[in-house]
Amino acid sequence: MVRMSETSIPATTSTEVEPVLSVRGLRKVFGTQVAVDDLSFDLLPGRSVAIVGESGSGKTTVARMIVGLEKATAGTIIACGRDRSKPARRGAERKLRGREVQIVFQDPYSSLDPRQSGANLIDEVLRVHHDHDSAARTRIVGELADIVGLDRRQIHAMPRALSGGQRQRVAIARALATAPRVLILDESVAALDVSIQAQVLNVLADIRDERGISYVLISHDLAVVRQLTEDALVMQRGVVVEQGRTVDILDNPQHDYTQMLRASVPGPGWKPQRMRERLKSAQAAAAKP
Amino acid sequence: MSIEILDPVAEAEEAAPSRRRLRGLGVIGWVSIGVIVLALLLAIFGPIVRPFDPNLSDLSFANVGPYGSHLLGFDGQGRDVLSRLMEGARTTVLGAGFVALIAVVIGTTLAIATAWFGGKFDATVSAGIDVLFAFPGILLAVVAAAVFGPSLFSAGLALAIAYSPYVARVLRGAALKERSMAYIAALEVQGFGAWRLCARHLLPNISSLIVAQGTILFGFAMVDLAAISFLGLGVQSPQADWGVMVAEGKTGLLQGYPLVSLVAVLCIVAVVAAVSFLGERLDAGSRDVRR
Amino acid sequence: MSSLLEVRDLTVALAMDSGPREVITGTSLEISAGEAMGLVGESGSGKSMTAKAIARLLPDGAKVTGSVIFDGTDVLSLSGDALLKHRAEVAVVFQDPRAHINPVRRISDFMTESLRILDDVPRTEAVRKAAAALEEVGIDDPAKRLRQFPHELSGGMLQRVMIATALLSEPRLLLADECTTALDVTTQAEVMAILDDLRRDRGLSMLFITHDLELAGAVCDRTCVMYAGQIVETSVASRLHEDPLHPYSAALVQARPDITSTADRLVAIPGRPVSAFEAPSGCRFAPRCPHAQESCRAHEQILTGLDGGLVRCERATDLRGTLLDGAHV
Repeated sequence: MVRMSETSIPATTSTEVEPVLSVRGLRKVFGTQVAVDDLSFDLLPGRSVAIVGESGSGKTTVARMIVGLEKATAGTIIACGRDRSKPARRGAERKLRGREVQIVFQDPYSSLDPRQSGANLIDEVLRVHHDHDSAARTRIVGELADIVGLDRRQIHAMPRALSGGQRQRVAIARALATAPRVLILDESVAALDVSIQAQVLNVLADIRDERGISYVLISHDLAVVRQLTEDALVMQRGVVVEQGRTVDILDNPQHDYTQMLRASVPGPGWKPQRMRERLKSAQAAAAKP
Repeated sequence: MSIEILDPVAEAEEAAPSRRRLRGLGVIGWVSIGVIVLALLLAIFGPIVRPFDPNLSDLSFANVGPYGSHLLGFDGQGRDVLSRLMEGARTTVLGAGFVALIAVVIGTTLAIATAWFGGKFDATVSAGIDVLFAFPGILLAVVAAAVFGPSLFSAGLALAIAYSPYVARVLRGAALKERSMAYIAALEVQGFGAWRLCARHLLPNISSLIVAQGTILFGFAMVDLAAISFLGLGVQSPQADWGVMVAEGKTGLLQGYPLVSLVAVLCIVAVVAAVSFLGERLDAGSRDVRR
Repeated sequence: MSSLLEVRDLTVALAMDSGPREVITGTSLEISAGEAMGLVGESGSGKSMTAKAIARLLPDGAKVTGSVIFDGTDVLSLSGDALLKHRAEVAVVFQDPRAHINPVRRISDFMTESLRILDDVPRTEAVRKAAAALEEVGIDDPAKRLRQFPHELSGGMLQRVMIATALLSEPRLLLADECTTALDVTTQAEVMAILDDLRRDRGLSMLFITHDLELAGAVCDRTCVMYAGQIVETSVASRLHEDPLHPYSAALVQARPDITSTADRLVAIPGRPVSAFEAPSGCRFAPRCPHAQESCRAHEQILTGLDGGLVRCERATDLRGTLLDGAHV
């Protein structure tokens, strides 16, 4: 297994740009269970990193620690040059952190307050964070709706009147309202229909191009990971087993587990194989020049 | 990978849930609403529009049935029964409302606080609630009357405190579920404080359950307050109150003149039944609204 | 070879407060013995309802017209014992195993219940059969698993238990409704391998319902693509990916990100998938279709044969071979 140390953190070495998000030696223990162990990565402005893994790999726990919903057992998390490893004690600090890193969750049905329209939600977020007058807030709501591709009626509609894809767009607009430098996408497109998923992925790509925002994509879907990220970490049972450029990891996986993961994805010519056979064939494929 | 919208039909259907809930009420529902509106009107205007002085006693009319403009006749002390009913509506209905309101406020506060903070706070408060559960409401009210002297206020307050654990327990479950929703987590990440999240997001989303609990408690409170007044520990005779009237009528009952107790009991039963029915409907409705 | 299952012109309307709502319109498909048929579609396409209609598991009040013939018998008119027998021959495996298993009873109770009650098989015999079925789906130490409770098993393990349970009644047709969707990819591959083996060993027919075109392409012989309650294309599964006949199939293929190459931009389908009752008249996909013309919206589209497949699109012949060019956006 490749042992991760600070020196082997990929794709960021040649740079003088300060990372927007820097995670070192992150660890989380629930009772006796180690959910995340010694995870480190840097995220540069405008770039995206994927954290890939199956259920129980600890990938979602990483996301929750970065946004402060879960307290790290050990390690440091630095976003926009400020340490956020410890819980925020004061309201001002909490809000400041809210303007640095935001998150969009998986389930479009539970991630919006059922009693609040998108416009209302964004307006409230703006009121909490800024002193804009009502006209300025309305203008920003309109801009955000445009960015995520919702029309006037949709942004003013109650969540119940929106489809899953539209709700997820509202959630993205909400996350963007405070203009964060980093957006965590916790399986944010996983629950969407294929045709809707493509729309949302395109929206996310556009937002990154326009705003220079960085993404941390938490996902089990390797095709989505390839579409949206440059770098990736592969996690298995809390441990990072492979870390590097997304393209390299998908085209030429090194670790046994990554190979198995890659070999499990159906595609043209794919035949389902049982675990042991799959490991064997994956290794044989890797041995070929 | 996809959350199948199993019936997009239901989604379209949900457009006007409140209207749908009203439409599903049926005859009993509308009768219940009628009874409640009447009870409230009586509570507010009864003491003003009553035809006679409820405390004017004329013993020559003792236990005389309906007579002329005295539509419900006279009680054992020769007082006009209809006027006493109208006068008594205020203490009976508003007393029960006061009990339900206080119980709901205390219970909801406890429920949201325990759900929000969790951990040791939740464990301690929940243990305290379990202890309170051991005291029947009436017993607590009797103790309160013994300590502070019999009055509607002390009896009501004791009842409210005795009821609040029920509210807290039911609402805590709902609040916990709401607390675990992704939208609350998302707003926490936005930097929203606990106060704003609870007051502006969590509370409104369990409000229909709160209203349902309140109406159910209102029914209980009315029966219990009447029982307490019947025992002489709540509203004091000669002041008119439906519970007091049941008590006052009991001598007439023994003498073969049951009208006074009967009309008071009927009034209590009608209001309690109406409120309980609506409360249950609201409760069921509040569960429907969310998938 | 005659077909084991023949669905003809199946139309289903569900009873809603506001009246009947159509979810499937005139669906026809055939499955031969030992064949794996894929049924692919998005939310509201009616793919799950098709399976429910075949298994006679539609909700109360559903209005069904058309016919479902399984091995010569008309499924829609079955009742009583004949219906029980049909449900034994047609087994269903659903997406979420936890929702379909009693959490407080042991795996052995769950697996042997119908054998013991419906077929009067003695307990020890039933347990022996259950253990054999677990072994067949690749579960080690079946005796131990049988003693466990559902919460002690992982999702993948539980789904294998569901498949093994389905096998106990010796079905001839397996309806797999998104049965690997909730599983991890490695577990999905495992479950698919098991289903594949079963199909070969037992000659089991399969209707494999999924939203994943690639998965259907890899494990099925033929695939039907459904949109808004209608089948819009039936093709050899492996061909669907490279050479789709219907614009919707092509759009699905293109909308999905590719694991082997990074697209500059995905070709998204505008709008959202609709259900049969919301669909417009004429071609139901027309509002989202880049190739739609006036006449598409004016005429009801008919499923017609083309190059060994079936397609419900009047422009299919014109568009032949150009659908994946991506020149249009």
